Amino acid sequence: MTLDAPTRDTDAHSDENAAVVKPNRLAIIDGDVHTAPSSLSELAPFLERRWLQHMQTYGSRKRHGSNYEPYPKAAPRAMRRDAWPDDGGLPGSSLELLRTQHLDHYGVEVGIMGPLGLSGQGEINLDLSAALATAINEWQRDVMATPEPRLKASIVVPFEDAAASVREIERLGADRRFAQVFMLTRSMDPLGARRYWPIYEAAQAYDLPVGFHVFGAGGHPYTGTGWPSYYIEEGAGHSTSCQTVVTSLVMEGVFERFPKLRTVMIEGGFGWLPALTWRLDKLFERMRDEVPHLQRRPSEMIREHIWLTTQPMEEPVARAHLNETMEWIGWDKLLFASDYPHWDFDDPFRAFPANVGDSRKRQILTTNGKAVYRLG
Amino acid sequence: MPLTGAVDCDVHPLTPVPADLVPYMDAYWRDTLEVRGLDFWETIAYPANAPLTIRADWRALKPRADASPDAMAATLLDRHGFAHAIVNCLFPLQSFRDANLGAAFARACNDWLADTWLSRDARLRGAVVLPVQSVEMSVEEIERRAADPRFVQVLLQVMGDQPLGKPQFWPIYAAAEKHGFAVAIHAGSSYHHPVTGSGWPTHYIEDYAAQAAGFHTQLGSLISEGVFVKYPKLKVVLSESGVSWLPSYLWRLSKFWRGIRNEVPWIDRDPLHYVRENVRLTLQPFDVPDDAATVARVMDQLGSDDLILFSTDFPHWQFDGDAMLPKGLSAAQTRKILIDNPRATYARLA
Repeated sequence: MTLDAPTRDTDAHSDENAAVVKPNRLAIIDGDVHTAPSSLSELAPFLERRWLQHMQTYGSRKRHGSNYEPYPKAAPRAMRRDAWPDDGGLPGSSLELLRTQHLDHYGVEVGIMGPLGLSGQGEINLDLSAALATAINEWQRDVMATPEPRLKASIVVPFEDAAASVREIERLGADRRFAQVFMLTRSMDPLGARRYWPIYEAAQAYDLPVGFHVFGAGGHPYTGTGWPSYYIEEGAGHSTSCQTVVTSLVMEGVFERFPKLRTVMIEGGFGWLPALTWRLDKLFERMRDEVPHLQRRPSEMIREHIWLTTQPMEEPVARAHLNETMEWIGWDKLLFASDYPHWDFDDPFRAFPANVGDSRKRQILTTNGKAVYRLG
Repeated sequence: MPLTGAVDCDVHPLTPVPADLVPYMDAYWRDTLEVRGLDFWETIAYPANAPLTIRADWRALKPRADASPDAMAATLLDRHGFAHAIVNCLFPLQSFRDANLGAAFARACNDWLADTWLSRDARLRGAVVLPVQSVEMSVEEIERRAADPRFVQVLLQVMGDQPLGKPQFWPIYAAAEKHGFAVAIHAGSSYHHPVTGSGWPTHYIEDYAAQAAGFHTQLGSLISEGVFVKYPKLKVVLSESGVSWLPSYLWRLSKFWRGIRNEVPWIDRDPLHYVRENVRLTLQPFDVPDDAATVARVMDQLGSDDLILFSTDFPHWQFDGDAMLPKGLSAAQTRKILIDNPRATYARLA
């Protein structure tokens, strides 16, 4: 079976299409670019010898018990089939291919890196989690962001260990090559829980947004009713993990406690936010005596503190439905993301419904990202 | 808009306590409950004194409005002229880990419902509570109730041990389809897992908010596993789901299906198709702001006026006064929601 994304990309590389794309080039801020070392040995220069040996001997052990991910992907490593570098490395490992295929091709001015594989998040062993996070942060900085200033690094934090996370933010937070603190939506406790607060406090102190990317290994089934069977269910269901994050951040009072905190929901789409917001407002109105620490309605806190990346952009049959959904969320709250080099990549020139209009497209592709990340 | 003739597809009796159910149990179970001191069994859902559990004005009535069929009728059916109300008992028997215990309580709950509610008011219809711990025992319970036309649906919770589309549950759907029962999936959890994929949220508000995510999961499971391919006449009613979560979830599911349908090759049509044919949602709670323009846009996003079944979710506090219908529905939409859609959904609602 032919997959959608590679087909679309083959089109994008035709000469005919390139001629159309270039004159319209916008300065794109891409909120989700997945760079990755090809192997543990590429990460080795940044990893303490003790942990390198540990990884070689015992390997990664995450809270879902899989050596990879709980669901086999739709494509090898969930990658676009055209994104594998000729050198045999992983997609996202070759700066040269990343430049030609993505940054140059689409006119990406800034790409925010979101490392997923060897990043330590979800490791049962918290010391290993911290060591890998440190290593991937230095790899991003030295191998990617330093030679290619269009790429900004994320401060990957071993978020189940707040103290280690704070140390990492304090170590790297002043370095402008880092654009955000990076967490995953699946966690041991809902992410508004008090034990994560030091991370938000440190992020706020360094004026860094906190990105919550879908996936993660929190030690629970992926849903409140156990494990679904299929990757399609996991994929469609990522939005539910985002809803858990938003609900928890709001109801625990994280935004009351850290009033300058900016948060970004990554790779969960955005269409789910209005219904959740309406639901939370109604429940808040009925049972605010359960959450007396909240001074404002959930909708106000969400409007002020939460941004969302657009990928995978929802595709209603009637495209007007997408416009009104974006309107409900706020045109200033959506950030374009491509998810390069994954198979469900959104093409910045094709993902938007035609009737969004140029000025709003510019907001989502460029302006909003500049406002959220420390790009000034 | 007059509500005369409406079918209220989700009302709740005051949840029985074990002492109410003991008279419907056999000697072994009566003895077991006594010996083991099983004189209460509650979960953290619907805390007895929480505002959501029963509207304050209904709680204040003597007897409270959900205490008996007469009390409910005075508040709801007589007052508004409903033709029928479908009574869903929320005794949390799904949370037992022991299937035998679950089945004993399911039998007792269903007998209790028939005896103390359905027999007292001819307008009432019932849901067969299933001991979902055992598919085999659930099917036995469906067969046991099939001859009683007052039962029009079977009742499952939105969060249990496993997503409900998995093939192990299919005998339940076969039996339901065979006897014309709709399958209601209602807000609620067995609490065998945390209610979120990231553990236990601190507040009851978060728990209730998370129920909507449970509906995403179950709908994705039922569609992806092919339940509606196997049982094309099955009607699944998503009860107390919140409703407005549905469009954007389907946009996602459709997009993923277009990308990776090779994983579920038996799904040869857009998932939207199965929702139109097989899935319905009860009205309350209707998670949409209280303005006609937004309601109209959400109704348009739902893409069909056939999907919503009228419900009050009585006695849960989902609306104030008599404002049980959202603002801005057209007369035609209202008629469908109140009467036509429920009657088209419930084959046993003669």
